[in-house]
Amino acid sequence: MNLEILGIMVLWTFLFGYVIVASVDFGAGFFNAYSLYAGKQHILTNIIQRYLSPVWEVTNVFLVFFFVGIVGFFPKTAFYYGTILLIPASIAIILLAIRGSYYAFETYGAKGHKGYSFMYGLSGLFLPASLSIVLTISEGGFVSMVDDKPVLDYWALFTSPLTWSIVVLSIAAVLYISAVFLTWYAHKAKDKDATELMRRYALIWSLPLIITASGIIVELRDHNPEHFGNLLDLWWMFALSFLLFIGTVWLIWKRKHYGRAFGLLAGQFALAFFAYGFSHYPYLLYPHLTIYDSFTNEVMAISLIVAFIAGLGLLIPSLYLLLRLFLFNKDYVTGKSDPY
Amino acid sequence: MFNGDSLFYSRLLTELTLSFHIIYATIGVGVPLMIMIAQWVGIRKNDEHYILLARRWARGFVITVAVGVVTGTAIGLQLSLLWPNFMELAGNVIALPLFMETFAFFFEAIFLGIYLYTWDRFEDQRKHLMLLIPVAAGAAFSAVFITIVNAFMNSPQGFDIVNGELVNINPIIAMFNPAMPTKVAHVVASAFMTSAFVLASIAGFRLLKGSDHIYHKKALFLTMKIGLIFSIATAVIGDFSGKYLADYQPEKLAAAEWHFETSGDAPLVLFGKLENEEVKYAFKVPKALSILAYSKPSAEVVGLDQFIDEEIPPLYIHYLFDIMVSVGMWMTLLSIVFLLGANRNWRFIQTKWFRRLIVLGGPLSILAIEMGWWLAEVGRQPWILYGLMKTSDAATTSGQVDLMLVLFAGVYIILAIGSVVVLTRMFRSNPVERELKDRQEEKGGVVR
Repeated sequence: MNLEILGIMVLWTFLFGYVIVASVDFGAGFFNAYSLYAGKQHILTNIIQRYLSPVWEVTNVFLVFFFVGIVGFFPKTAFYYGTILLIPASIAIILLAIRGSYYAFETYGAKGHKGYSFMYGLSGLFLPASLSIVLTISEGGFVSMVDDKPVLDYWALFTSPLTWSIVVLSIAAVLYISAVFLTWYAHKAKDKDATELMRRYALIWSLPLIITASGIIVELRDHNPEHFGNLLDLWWMFALSFLLFIGTVWLIWKRKHYGRAFGLLAGQFALAFFAYGFSHYPYLLYPHLTIYDSFTNEVMAISLIVAFIAGLGLLIPSLYLLLRLFLFNKDYVTGKSDPY
Repeated sequence: MFNGDSLFYSRLLTELTLSFHIIYATIGVGVPLMIMIAQWVGIRKNDEHYILLARRWARGFVITVAVGVVTGTAIGLQLSLLWPNFMELAGNVIALPLFMETFAFFFEAIFLGIYLYTWDRFEDQRKHLMLLIPVAAGAAFSAVFITIVNAFMNSPQGFDIVNGELVNINPIIAMFNPAMPTKVAHVVASAFMTSAFVLASIAGFRLLKGSDHIYHKKALFLTMKIGLIFSIATAVIGDFSGKYLADYQPEKLAAAEWHFETSGDAPLVLFGKLENEEVKYAFKVPKALSILAYSKPSAEVVGLDQFIDEEIPPLYIHYLFDIMVSVGMWMTLLSIVFLLGANRNWRFIQTKWFRRLIVLGGPLSILAIEMGWWLAEVGRQPWILYGLMKTSDAATTSGQVDLMLVLFAGVYIILAIGSVVVLTRMFRSNPVERELKDRQEEKGGVVR
């Protein structure tokens, strides 16, 4: 394995981590706001706040890690993506600002401020949309080079069915992942009502998820035949992913082993996410930028990887501690040890 | 092809984001150390007040961290969005500390979460202290790493340019550039100093408002003591920074000091006003600039006459320098007087007007931080990478920066108002007297 592949694997893995933890976070915010609207707040808010409060900052770091890492390993992406993404990325930052400040402000200041909760919930839907635009752009066809500078064609981007399919997929995935996770978490907390409600949401969102995911593969056939061909070569990964999906839905339907169901879900998304990543190889921005022509010099790559390994040495035990204390701690989850 | 508007707005937006971020970031770097010290003092003296001090600071700290995190994320992305050409070049050489900064930040985030949500879970207070160590270390190290990146922009090294290509790159040499030691030390020390004085001004404010609780007095004494130590450290390192500038970036020093002609026995110009290239109403300390630059009264200091006009930074940075230095001196003096007074029972340190000065100290220190950063950043204009890349060649070509400027300004206003409202409400609705009583009842087994 060469350094380019190693670099992109590291980043892709962290992006996957972000997709999962952020989905739980975004979706929870939406369900929280929806429960306010539907008058079911008493069922959900407790569970949601209890899980999310200690980890919101960590979620954010996954994203920072990814965008700092990609400029480190692939400095040319700063030039290409930096130039074209000014508007979508700025909108994403602003939405992140709303979310980031929410916990702190909500927990300590404006408890139960409805307007803020709604903004928070909505931002959870817009964020995946604004971030998934990058995936669309990377498929090619929306960026042209004028005077050696990349220019984004917004009209083509917003009228492309591919854009909207990816947006819908990202929203469905967020709600589905989050619902499955919260079902498990509520079950651990022995909160029957919340478990039932989240279980229903999980089942509801499984359908649009699988429909849009399949639809996108079909759309890529017209949009980027080369990528489509690569996807077909990896059909077995998608097939496995689909089987895991069936497994998750089955377990949830049967009200059994919610923890295992979430494990299957993680596997399903990991397979699909990495299969998608592999099929994109070797392009970062089709057809202008590949991982080879944008890769940093060898010395920097090696030192980044060394720093990465050292960093993981610190991170993994600390993350484990965090999970032990909050996620897998019975007293905390069921609310027996209240932090205040 | 060149887009002057984008350049102007990119600079404005970067300045806005950074100026806003710095307020919260400085507090974010310094306050964890103060929390840790308070917790430690509390354990050592077995004094409930200090433990409570640590907790109350930590609770307020969450709000500032939240704003610091989101504005930090903003500037992190804006670097690539607004300065794509710069990041492409710099990414090759300086990505390592940038990457390490995220690890430090990650580390801090994890342990801060644990500390905040395990308030009373452990019987042994020392466990809570152990949780605070990685928080304080992570906060300080993220400042160290990110300042290394900034130091690199002031003195880029660790690579060669052959026919426009970067070769022989060495990330470690790039990190340990000549600007790095003074810059990092100055940033960290001044962040500790500022945080201490900000917390002192909160304690001062409570005392001024009539609370006579011993808790606030302990808080004030502790923070003023820490503030004094770090204000002296900041001044000493500031002197080293002057020597660094004289050697490596003489035009920044010359512009900050309105030193137009290269000469020996150079005087230090304090205050004053520039009218048609003439310095008026200034206070000149003979030979002080030579001493600042080379520790020798007769040493020759390079003046602005040695540089072409296009490479001289704006001369208004002199005012920034003056404000920064004056505030630093003033705060050192104020804390010395306070500590002496507290030791020798001077009555006047308990008077209203003296407490007002203490309350003013926090905002003044933050002002000095802003001035210092503006001095450092404007002082290296027109370069974004000193001697290598002009700021005008680094900006994005995208035409919508002005719109983004308006959007972000709106967000920062909301965040500023939100954080101030939440912080004041938080402490006003739960004064320390009540919290102490609550805690005692809890310990006595009385159900709340």
